[in-house]
Amino acid sequence: PPAGGGKYSQLENANPVIFQRSGERQQTAAEEDEDVHDPIDDREIFDILYKTTQNDLLMLYFHPLSLEELNVVEQVRVQVNDADSTVSVEFTPTIPHCSMATLIGLSIKVKLLRSLPSRFKIDVHITPGTHASEAAVNKQLADKERVAAALENSSLLEVVNQCLTSRSL
Amino acid sequence: MRRAAERWSAMAADSALLLSLVEEFVSGLQDSKAQDAAKGVRDGHFTVLQLVEALGLSLTSSEPQTRARGVQLLSDVLQEDSAALSQREVEVLIAFYENRLKDNYVVTPPVLRGLLALTRCAALPPGSAVSMLRSLFQDVHVQSLMIAERACVYNMLINLMDTREAELKSLGADFVFGFVQSMDGERDPRNLLLAFQIARNIVVRGYDLGKFTEELFEVTSCYFPIDFTPPPNDPHGITKEELVQALRAVLAGTPKFAEFLFPLLIEKLDSDVQSAKLDALQTLNAFLSRCEHTDTAEFLQGLWSSLRREVFQTSSEKIESAALAALTALTSCLSRSVLSSDSEDVLGHFLEVVLKDCEHHLREPDLKLVWPSAKLLQACSGASYRASRVIAASVLPALTEQYSSKTQCSQRRTLLEVLQRFVQSVKSSRSTEDDDGVLSAHRADLCGVAFAALSESNASLQVTAAALLASLARQTGLLLEADVRLAVDHLTRLLLTEDDDRVSAAVVECAGVLAELHPAAFATRLIPRLKEEVFSDASQQHSHHAVRRRCLSALAAVSTQPSVVQESTPVLLQVLKSALTGGVSLEEAVLACRSLQRIAARVQDTEEAGTCFHDVIIPRLLSLALQAALQEEDSSGRGGALVQEDFLSAVVPVISTSCSRLQPTLAARTASRAVSLFLDGDVSCLPENSFPPRLQLLQAEEVSWRRSQLVCLLMGCVCALPRGVELPRTDELLSRLEEMSCTCRHPLSYTAAAKCFAGLVNKSAEGGALDGVIQRVRARICRELDSSSSPLRTQAFTLLVWVSKALLLRYHPLSTGLTDQLFSLLDDAHLGAAAADGFLLLMSDSPDVLNRGCHADVRIMYRQRFFSENSAKLVQGFNAAPQEKKPNYLKALSNIVNTLPQQVQVTELPALLSLLLEALTCPDQGVQLSTLSCLEPVIASPPPVLLQQLEAVVGRLLALVCSPAMNVRMSSLRCVRALSLLPAHQVQDSPEQLSGSLKLIRNECRCFQVLPFRARVLRALAPPLDDRKRLVRQEAVQARGEW
Repeated sequence: PPAGGGKYSQLENANPVIFQRSGERQQTAAEEDEDVHDPIDDREIFDILYKTTQNDLLMLYFHPLSLEELNVVEQVRVQVNDADSTVSVEFTPTIPHCSMATLIGLSIKVKLLRSLPSRFKIDVHITPGTHASEAAVNKQLADKERVAAALENSSLLEVVNQCLTSRSL
Repeated sequence: MRRAAERWSAMAADSALLLSLVEEFVSGLQDSKAQDAAKGVRDGHFTVLQLVEALGLSLTSSEPQTRARGVQLLSDVLQEDSAALSQREVEVLIAFYENRLKDNYVVTPPVLRGLLALTRCAALPPGSAVSMLRSLFQDVHVQSLMIAERACVYNMLINLMDTREAELKSLGADFVFGFVQSMDGERDPRNLLLAFQIARNIVVRGYDLGKFTEELFEVTSCYFPIDFTPPPNDPHGITKEELVQALRAVLAGTPKFAEFLFPLLIEKLDSDVQSAKLDALQTLNAFLSRCEHTDTAEFLQGLWSSLRREVFQTSSEKIESAALAALTALTSCLSRSVLSSDSEDVLGHFLEVVLKDCEHHLREPDLKLVWPSAKLLQACSGASYRASRVIAASVLPALTEQYSSKTQCSQRRTLLEVLQRFVQSVKSSRSTEDDDGVLSAHRADLCGVAFAALSESNASLQVTAAALLASLARQTGLLLEADVRLAVDHLTRLLLTEDDDRVSAAVVECAGVLAELHPAAFATRLIPRLKEEVFSDASQQHSHHAVRRRCLSALAAVSTQPSVVQESTPVLLQVLKSALTGGVSLEEAVLACRSLQRIAARVQDTEEAGTCFHDVIIPRLLSLALQAALQEEDSSGRGGALVQEDFLSAVVPVISTSCSRLQPTLAARTASRAVSLFLDGDVSCLPENSFPPRLQLLQAEEVSWRRSQLVCLLMGCVCALPRGVELPRTDELLSRLEEMSCTCRHPLSYTAAAKCFAGLVNKSAEGGALDGVIQRVRARICRELDSSSSPLRTQAFTLLVWVSKALLLRYHPLSTGLTDQLFSLLDDAHLGAAAADGFLLLMSDSPDVLNRGCHADVRIMYRQRFFSENSAKLVQGFNAAPQEKKPNYLKALSNIVNTLPQQVQVTELPALLSLLLEALTCPDQGVQLSTLSCLEPVIASPPPVLLQQLEAVVGRLLALVCSPAMNVRMSSLRCVRALSLLPAHQVQDSPEQLSGSLKLIRNECRCFQVLPFRARVLRALAPPLDDRKRLVRQEAVQARGEW
């Protein structure tokens, strides 16, 4: 696994390009209406991930920016189909050699596994052409057994859990 | 002769008593005898010196224990009262004690206690402090003493420093050296607090440190940063924070420490421990406020690079802001340097370095470091006028120029935001003769950028530009008249054309700021334009409604100066007037009222504003409401909007706000006019008066509801008066209101009458008259309630609730009878549910009457008091009630508990927990919801009893996550989430906490507490993840994530 708890000297990219936040989702009247069914949509998945990333460990690498501002997960790259129960998330590492790519991908996957109904099939992969070892990382993330095995590793699980602890607490 | 003999025998008896006391204390080891001896001295039976003589034998004994015991008796007596000693006696005693310091170590503790007692003596002879300390430092090794004896030594020093400063200073550096030796190696936190206090006195009160500056620094700084976790149930209550503050006061106490402290702080800033970093930054900040620029000279580079690193690569906002504060302190320290022609410009050089490191990042507004760089520069700029000048001269032109050269919106927005914060951070000039501020040289450029951005079509640019404009306006004397005019024109244009809510909110806020400082431009330019727009012919189009809404709220926002109010309120009144003829919808009429209320709440309380409200606006509002009511009765029907409850409820706050805060004498006049209007139908005070004389308004039986409901306006006039303002004809008013509230059939009318009655009762003077009124009303209420067939029971019940509230708020003794009646109604077949809701009304603040804004008599903690007096009744009532009535009790309970402060909830909950858990199973969703909302904070800081019932809590909460009501689902999910965070309460007694880090243990026992439920909770939380409502899913995701 990638090294946990980094020192500042290990910052991979001290002055990355930042993107505008897209703002909080506006709450609609329909959402407060008991009788309306709200399907799970792209933005909702995105919010789940967005809230994921304000954490201690990744902050050492990215603070004060969240993954979203760093363009790691872009809204357009989340696709969900509530009826077919499928989710597909593409993420873009900040630099092509980012050694955190696997960990970020794994964190995204675990967060979705924990946050979505079990009926969903979850696919997490790197945006084509944005990482040096794209194929290897994607293969790891797609392999159920390898994800399960990774989560058996208690120190790795610890790191992932740290990534998933929301910052408000 | 006889008298002499008596005296002689008395003395003999005294000395025999003394000897026996000594004997029993020293050999008999009876500690209580010390008290008796002290009493003997106090009562004059024998003197202290006689006591010393009597002790003679024990003091010369060959057994050190016996000698110690002897000294102890003496010291105990001195501790009791040393004030009465003469100088001579003190001198002897000091000589004796100093001599005893050389004795065996077991004698030392009582000797120190005796000396401590003597340091409190007023009669301490000159020179004795010095000799005492010399012997102390020479003969005693402080750190080999026990904790209490060490504290004795420190307290001696503290006492002597307070009373004998000059003498101690004559000791020179020896005193400092002696102290350094005494405290070197101290480990007890209580003693450290004392030692830090002494050290602080030494550095702050100017004792001569001589060559021991470094020693004193070493012996204290070795504790930095303080790392201390008090043991559980610490009886001494010493906190880490106290120690941190005490040590900081020492280290930051003198610039002489500069050469040692700066390197230490720079080193600690490198630490990985966040709290150490924070402590270092805060200490640095405190120290810099005492420093001269010369002290910092050789460390500037190091300090700057550490501070810069903390801001560039910060990991927490706390540390970032502490670093920025330290940078501000550093810059203002440098700014205190006096510029002369031959000295170098320290500040200038430093700022040059800062600019060199930060400025280039401002040229890359896409990249991350633009923000930290801007913050660093702003921190410097906020430190002093000189710094502001230097930074502004270098940064502002670059930023404004970039703004015009960049084309991307996001870059421009970043630049604008940076600019805005710079303007905010600029220190305004302190010297009066130097009246051109820092920014005046850049005024044209800044205004140019702001106006250009306001003309863009991008919403976020406009929002930021409005904020920039507001910041510019706040710089006194910066904007020229022409700028303000141009600004007003831009704001007006945006108000009228821009649909984006964020933009109009920002524009309205900016207009509010500007209007307060430049009222004339708004009165003459903005308001006429808005007025034109509000009444334009296009007003029927749908899109125009939004414009009108914005105009109405803008009118309120700009009206803080009376001169603007004079112009804006007529527009609002005219809107209301056209509502009478159907020209304006109900919604807009309500908005106009809200704007009027906002103005009444914010305008400066001048006579001009008071006259405007009391002589123009309130009579006009009353007249409009009355006209509308009469028109409706004639069934011409056009004034429809103005007889609606929504409109009247919007008018009431306008009236009550003006009566409560504007010009009490005028308010009194308004109130008495309203009284004669409602009691006599005297319409002479109303404008445009075409009303029939002798209008009937308060006759429940005879007038239509359209007229009777106007009683709520009476409430606005008479219930909000400041206390002490006299109201005429109160008795008559009370009896008419009582009649109306008990007999009227129209809900709004009888409720308003009851509220008005309650508002008056709450402020009435205590005494027989008031008691009589209350008894009368109570009898009447009981009569109605007791006859179960009466059609007026609801009316009586409403009056009961409001009068109970009025009396409960002021702790009136008769309130108990009324609230008991309310409790008994919980069993009532028809009114039971309403009674349960009545408790919510009783406990919560009502918006229009009986609140502090209306100057009502509201005692603090009335809720707690009511709760503690009545919770037992509720529990009893619940147990005794038949099954179908139990929900009423649960609802009443959750209504009461919900309004209590969390602190009280947590302490009172144990008694009620089982009842609350019962309430969770109650099918009424309202009860479930209010119970959940009071459980949530309790779970966040759980009492032990909750942890014992964890099983039941978890079970009941999980049953609710699939409830049909989405609010219940969301609320229960929040509670489930809170459960996952249960802090460690029960384990606090365990000794392991002493050794391990607190956080670790908390995590461990968090698992320990709730782990057994984990699988079950996760399973139960799976269905809500697929809930049909998104808001529920969001809660479920958070809750499940935590588990």
